[in-house]
Amino acid sequence: MPRIWRDDMVENEPEKTVVIIPAHNEGAHIAAIVHQIGVSYPSIDMVVIDDGSRDDTKAKAFLAGASVISNPFSLGYGGALQTGYKFAVKNGYHILVQLDGDGQHDAACMDDLIEPVRRGVADITIGSRFLGSQKKGIDYPAYHAPLARMIGMKIFGAIATFLIKQKVTDPTSGYQAMNSRVFSLLSGDQFPIDYPDADVIIMLHRAGFRIKEVPVRMFPSPDDKSMHSGFKPLYYIFKMFLSILVTLLRK
Amino acid sequence: MFFEEVIMSIRIKIVTFIICIAMLLLIVDLVRRRKLREEYSQLWFATWLGILILMVWFDLLKWVSHLIGAVSNVSTLFLFAFMFLILISLHFSVVISKLTDRIKDLSQQHALLQNELESVKRAQSNN
Repeated sequence: MPRIWRDDMVENEPEKTVVIIPAHNEGAHIAAIVHQIGVSYPSIDMVVIDDGSRDDTKAKAFLAGASVISNPFSLGYGGALQTGYKFAVKNGYHILVQLDGDGQHDAACMDDLIEPVRRGVADITIGSRFLGSQKKGIDYPAYHAPLARMIGMKIFGAIATFLIKQKVTDPTSGYQAMNSRVFSLLSGDQFPIDYPDADVIIMLHRAGFRIKEVPVRMFPSPDDKSMHSGFKPLYYIFKMFLSILVTLLRK
Repeated sequence: MFFEEVIMSIRIKIVTFIICIAMLLLIVDLVRRRKLREEYSQLWFATWLGILILMVWFDLLKWVSHLIGAVSNVSTLFLFAFMFLILISLHFSVVISKLTDRIKDLSQQHALLQNELESVKRAQSNN
């Protein structure tokens, strides 16, 4: 059974937290990420979801000290994430953080994401690269994405903002933290396995979860070979419209 | 009236009849040899039985042709055959989607079990 978190529980017992890192052919970057998280967050378990990589992602991640789960073949970005959600459900974790294996997401921002979930202020936090830092002393540089993606983000961000009546600046962000009730739901058959995006945010809102965007720092994808590189703008736009429509039609 | 009779000649009737019977026999045989599952054979049966009935019961075909405004009875037959084929492809897409979901679930389960097995083995060899 998922536990319900109250503020007064925080001090007494630390929550079991896991960070999942979906990676597809990220042998060049994965070790550095795993190492950084291992050093900065020693109390958090770390699982790399190797999504059918053909390179040495699995070996590199394992040697760097992560537990590795290997999908037998590539299931896509969402499919890899869901393997992580199922792992977290199976092993009774309370909080899950996800960040991409290509080094795009700055691991230093992880605490900012986890904190609202730990305190029970939000059920899921989404790291936004566009919010800009409200923290003093840290300057998050402006983020530039390819034009087609930028337009997609703006359109679906606007649709999500309208539908959930709450500002959504970065619907494509895969840098998130969530409690067990959220990842239990996402490990079910409602979760899209290709591009989880604004449709998931809308679905979670309709399921009654509290969503909060948190400013994070993202780096441009190092060699433009991230898990989103199967990104086909036309299919993406079609899929997202359809997905949002059917999400609204479902009860 | 004469026009319709000419188009629906006895020859095309015989050809269609033979094709229908052959296809029905083929489907039964495939099910018998377990090459085709019963659940996927139903739409195929419906297609060929439908054409056969329209073929044999000529008044029904004429009535349907009149109803949908088809010029010739043969095009009515084609229309129905075509419609059923589209239904069958749609049915396949549904089945493929279901299979894709199942394969996804299975491979995720497989990945989780393998991870568990590896950690159990590691724990054992450390002892």
